[in-house]
Amino acid sequence: MKVEVKHRKNKLGIIGWIGGGRFGAERYAYALHRLTGLGILAYFLLHIFVTGSRIGGQQSWQNAVANFETPIFKFGEFLVFLAFAYHALNGLRLIITELGFMLGKAQRPVFPYVTSVHRQRPLFIGVMIVAAIIIIFGGADFYFI
Amino acid sequence: MSETSAPEVQSSDLKVIKNVTFEILRYSPEKDEAPKAQKFQVPVIKGMTVLDGLLWIKENLDASLAYRSSCRMGVCGSCGMFINGLPRLACNNQIIHLDADTITIKPLPNYNIIRDLVPDLEGFFDKHESIQPYMIREQVEELNNPTGEFFQSPDELVDYIQFAYCIKCGLCLSACPTVATDDNFIGPQALAQAYRYNVDSRDEGAKEREEELYSSHGVWRCHFAGACSDVCPKGVDPAFAIQLLKQNMFMQKLHVHKHKSATHIIPWATEHVPNEKIPQAPERTVK
Repeated sequence: MKVEVKHRKNKLGIIGWIGGGRFGAERYAYALHRLTGLGILAYFLLHIFVTGSRIGGQQSWQNAVANFETPIFKFGEFLVFLAFAYHALNGLRLIITELGFMLGKAQRPVFPYVTSVHRQRPLFIGVMIVAAIIIIFGGADFYFI
Repeated sequence: MSETSAPEVQSSDLKVIKNVTFEILRYSPEKDEAPKAQKFQVPVIKGMTVLDGLLWIKENLDASLAYRSSCRMGVCGSCGMFINGLPRLACNNQIIHLDADTITIKPLPNYNIIRDLVPDLEGFFDKHESIQPYMIREQVEELNNPTGEFFQSPDELVDYIQFAYCIKCGLCLSACPTVATDDNFIGPQALAQAYRYNVDSRDEGAKEREEELYSSHGVWRCHFAGACSDVCPKGVDPAFAIQLLKQNMFMQKLHVHKHKSATHIIPWATEHVPNEKIPQAPERTVK
């Protein structure tokens, strides 16, 4: 007789991108890359909508632009810049690593194990430093210059 | 002849160092609507693993606690659990090394729960099977009735041996953020095994695995989060294998990939004189 077994679902879902456990920084970089990608996509849709208002003539365009000249939208614009800087630089790292470069060579595993994630970490740290510098200078340009 | 005796167990080795709270997520499909945590106090002695703690609970506190285990030495891959925020093997982690007064144990995420700490690995093994994880050769007759051995150099062995250490514990899939949102993603374990066979100089099955590997749920769904390699208890580094699969495909498209050297058959030695000092192998049980 076949017994019907009721299994409990235990899929992490989107929570798993961020809250899956105490993993290395690259896993959180993965989640941030996806979130910034979605953010940039949302910005592009808004951008097309705003620039599309030019079809309605000069007044329509000026009205549309005036709606976005508030501190909240200025901060939003800075967030788009921040997302773009991170997404572009981390994307370069991913192009390099996902094509198998800067990951080392296959070898016999000897404990303590050194993985490709460890071997690419200098690249990851370097890219994050460059992203941070660009974001700091960009932020200064947005608010102080 | 010298006689080797077992080392004496010192009484200090069996001394209880401290009591640790095991907070275990319990789920019984017959009576529970949702999993719930249950706490147990476990006396810890030197060298005691998390699995030893679970065995102690089962023997002394609650015989109904369900978990999988077998070898107790990180070889069989049965006791994968989510221990203090990471997927780990219970037998491979000493309680003292976790450096915590409370050890939280949950079933592996991304797998359905059968009972307590027992995950349903059926989908995991289906994915493993889907990439044909075995030697594929055009000369089927030679595989079935071998006339010799396939030659392989030590360098060719190093190309894949790291990935052949997989014990199929399933920790990598529970750590993978892509698996968390994509049920159909083949996953790091199966992809690493596909690479293991594709680069093996004796295998000729790369073309047959292509459709599965380069589908919309194949290698290109991985974005190198690296968590699979972080948690692998055998140093298999599945993330590395997946990126190398992508590299192979990319290089093939550019027609600049390195061609795998073909193996050849070394015939059995015809005049083999057995060494009398070496005992004969037992009769084959499978004929």
